[in-house]
Amino acid sequence: MRVRHFTPLLLFAGLAALLAAGLGLDPRLVSSPLVGRPAPEFSLPRLGNPAERLERSDLLGRASLFNVWATWCAGCREEHPLLVDLSRRGIAVYGLNYKDQYRPALDWLQRFGDPYVASGYDPEGRTGLDFGVYGLPETFVIDARGKVVDKHIGPLDPDIVESRILPLLRRLEARE
Amino acid sequence: MRRASCVAVLLLAAALPAPATVFEPREFGDAHRHERYLDLIEELRCLVCQNQSIAESDADLAADLRERVFEMIEQGESDEDILAYMTARYGAFVRYQPPFNAHTALLWGAPAFFALFAFTVLFFAIRRRRAAAGERAPAGE
Repeated sequence: MRVRHFTPLLLFAGLAALLAAGLGLDPRLVSSPLVGRPAPEFSLPRLGNPAERLERSDLLGRASLFNVWATWCAGCREEHPLLVDLSRRGIAVYGLNYKDQYRPALDWLQRFGDPYVASGYDPEGRTGLDFGVYGLPETFVIDARGKVVDKHIGPLDPDIVESRILPLLRRLEARE
Repeated sequence: MRRASCVAVLLLAAALPAPATVFEPREFGDAHRHERYLDLIEELRCLVCQNQSIAESDADLAADLRERVFEMIEQGESDEDILAYMTARYGAFVRYQPPFNAHTALLWGAPAFFALFAFTVLFFAIRRRRAAAGERAPAGE
């Protein structure tokens, strides 16, 4: 049998491999153009203390997590204990309360624990838009100089935290 | 035969996609701005329902982005500025038409490349078959 008789089969196999690889990718994970760039400017009233603001400058000085959450978000409820744990371990976690209601958001934190140094109240989602938020929960890793170093879309899980977030934070802290 | 082709044309027309838009009453400064708005919201992808433009999608994010586009048009921003604004926040994927650059050259070129490849193979295959047929039927033709 001539090699060229196998050509269609080989082409098919190649195409199948390419498509199989594509099917393995998650289309919801859109890569963020913010990674590698300075975090956007923002200024929001603080949840629990609305006379005070949470601003970009508050995030400077040490590596931190910026977690986008809301009371209507089931995944946020899922990952919440991990955030509480991270804050207990001394990691600076800031919150962006996105398209939510003030009182329910406060109640939620009271009920499930508040891991945040502060949460910015963003009921209209304007700041969320600037951060390219599209699917809660989302967690940004921001370095001491305010640069977005990583973005995780979807609930955090112990695996992601141990294998990706913590090593990254350690590396950033070592740099300072 | 004529009735069949009439039916075929009607079916084809029915199959053509009509642009779907979420109904939202909006007041524009002028008709030109309204047109620009309609074009822009069809050009931008809804990242929640990724196969829909923000014109079609019911998602909250789509409504927010439509609102933002409307605001920016009313503020006098150009189409390029609005698209750049969205791309800076959501990435090139937010546009239905991907930009043409080193990254996307393969995406743009692939269909043409495959077509060319297919025609080349076809060309040689037909030629070979014609040559073989020529051998099998000697003198006679």
